[in-house]
Amino acid sequence: MKNTATEVVPAEGGLGNDPLLAVDNLHVEFATRAGLVKAVNGVSYTLNAGETLAVLGESGSGKSVTAQAIMGILDMPPARIPLGEVRFRGTDLLKLKEEARTQIRGQRIAMIFQDALSALNPVFTVGWQIGEMFRVHRGMSRRDAETKAVELMDRVRIPAAKQRVNDYPHQFSGGMRQRIMIAMSIALDPEVLIADEPTTALDVTVQAQIMELLAELQRESNMGLILITHDLGVVADVADKIAVMYGGRIVENAPVHDIYRTPGHPYTKGLLESIPRVDQKGQELYAIKGLPPNLLDMPSGCSFHPRCPYRQDNCVTDVPELYEINPTRNSACHYWREVLDGTDG
Amino acid sequence: MSDIRPAGPPHPETEHDATGQAVAVGTPEPPPDVKPAKQGKPASLWSDAWYDLRRRPLFIFSSVLILILLVIAVFPQWFSSVDPFNAATCQLAQARNPPGSAHWFGTDNLGCDVYSRTIYGARNSIVVGMSTTIVTAIVGGLLGLIAGYRSGATDTVLSRTTEVFFAIPPILGALLILAVFRTGNVWTVMLALAVLAWPMTFRIMRAAVIMAKNQDYVMAARALGAGPGRIMFRHILPNAVAPVIVVATINLGGFIAAEAALSFLGVGIQSPDISWGLMIADARDRFLEAYSPLLFPALFLSVTVLAFIMLGDAVRDALDPKLR
Repeated sequence: MKNTATEVVPAEGGLGNDPLLAVDNLHVEFATRAGLVKAVNGVSYTLNAGETLAVLGESGSGKSVTAQAIMGILDMPPARIPLGEVRFRGTDLLKLKEEARTQIRGQRIAMIFQDALSALNPVFTVGWQIGEMFRVHRGMSRRDAETKAVELMDRVRIPAAKQRVNDYPHQFSGGMRQRIMIAMSIALDPEVLIADEPTTALDVTVQAQIMELLAELQRESNMGLILITHDLGVVADVADKIAVMYGGRIVENAPVHDIYRTPGHPYTKGLLESIPRVDQKGQELYAIKGLPPNLLDMPSGCSFHPRCPYRQDNCVTDVPELYEINPTRNSACHYWREVLDGTDG
Repeated sequence: MSDIRPAGPPHPETEHDATGQAVAVGTPEPPPDVKPAKQGKPASLWSDAWYDLRRRPLFIFSSVLILILLVIAVFPQWFSSVDPFNAATCQLAQARNPPGSAHWFGTDNLGCDVYSRTIYGARNSIVVGMSTTIVTAIVGGLLGLIAGYRSGATDTVLSRTTEVFFAIPPILGALLILAVFRTGNVWTVMLALAVLAWPMTFRIMRAAVIMAKNQDYVMAARALGAGPGRIMFRHILPNAVAPVIVVATINLGGFIAAEAALSFLGVGIQSPDISWGLMIADARDRFLEAYSPLLFPALFLSVTVLAFIMLGDAVRDALDPKLR
């Protein structure tokens, strides 16, 4: 008898009042020919049921690698997790055996990907792929699984689901493919859903639809949602709290409205100022100067210091800890007070 | 993976999304301007390839030839009233007769009917060709799948092993293997050919698997809880099998030719069993006196090999539209 997902990690609660998912001081490195790439350097965040956490950051900031480490789908080697914990209802997933993790993937924690076309298998019909979740994990018959697949396609609002259940992924448009991916990921009612840039490959109008769909599904099932994105516009409406990542670290943690009103880290501030506004028409657009850090050769001290307008001498030497601005907010900037005040450095 | 996207006719892409307005949250109805799903059968890789194949003259021609050969191989008695295994049908007095009404393809050195022998010889060629293809596809394919998926030490060991086999000259290797068995028959010839040919299938499968396993859908399958077996056989294999099928079809003709060569050299199928290669060998000394005992089996052999190579070409074009 194979152990089931609920035997691996208890269905409810856990020890004490553990959050649904807690990432604690996670480090991920990749051994490459050019040297050791430290992609994630001590990331911590928590997620409660029914909550949406947006992980924000530019390419290479480690946001996707963190998600893949939570899912346990990093290729190891070359990846390594030298330090850190990923606690799911109090159980450290990183210490579980591969079989146990396979049980959790899909059933308890699921993930959707950026490019749904390449994330769907081109040789099988979408109905077969959605139904696979039920056949593999629930031991359903082919026919029952297909019925469930149609139900799910209805749930993610794919028109004429019954007729389209036997179509192949390439016969759907981009937004519809992402809906199918979402249908697969919510098939088994996971408690945590990680969406890795779910709307990046889509048109703006479709982006809004997909975000609304995700938000609605989350409300219905009370799952925790981790939304990985580099698009500040996508985040504002859906997220409860935001973790901003830079150079493999979290530089700011805050409830969503706080961050938009008063950013507590120069990088967040720069990101917000980089959003083009209509009243800027004809003027030069703002950009954070400099380049993202080279993960092979991270800047000393605060990794943002070469690009930071608030830089002081100690930024070059001292790594800033996550200072507590208030019980719900943190900022990894020595001069967070100045940033909050808005006095430019 | 773009290169295995089906070719075939353009699929009417039904756009539902960009309606210009978001679907209202909580509305169970689909967006208003949605057309019903397109008609016709869904277009899988295989149904597309089949659609494509049916329209290729090369495919039709070669498959008709192969079909005829298969019928000949299974029911030779339908084509020849003479049983070539019955020694009484050979009459030394009639040796080396030219083609005529009694013996369509003439008679050989022992006065046996060349036509019936050629017809009955098809079976061994087809059996050797097909069984060798199946065995190499299964062995090479399976090991290639494992090597490509597991990579690391497993891959290194298997890949170096295949390189050892690649270093053996094929005919020499087959001669050696058959010498070990001492007897030549359909199955030992099949085994000798399979031992030497599986590394090719292995390499092709391994390369296709490595390409397929790095696709997002494999990672997505993992992220949604598929175990290694399911990922290998359900997600990678169907996406990696096309090149193996192509090579297997083309190789089938090659195995038939190799069987004839080994039988010709005297280590393959042995008399009194019948093989085209054996017939060619028997007829070669007296070729100038009687051409027909050599010409007809050679003709059948060439046409058979050609038919399988043409079929393989057609299948490749259908499965891998990029090569066109």
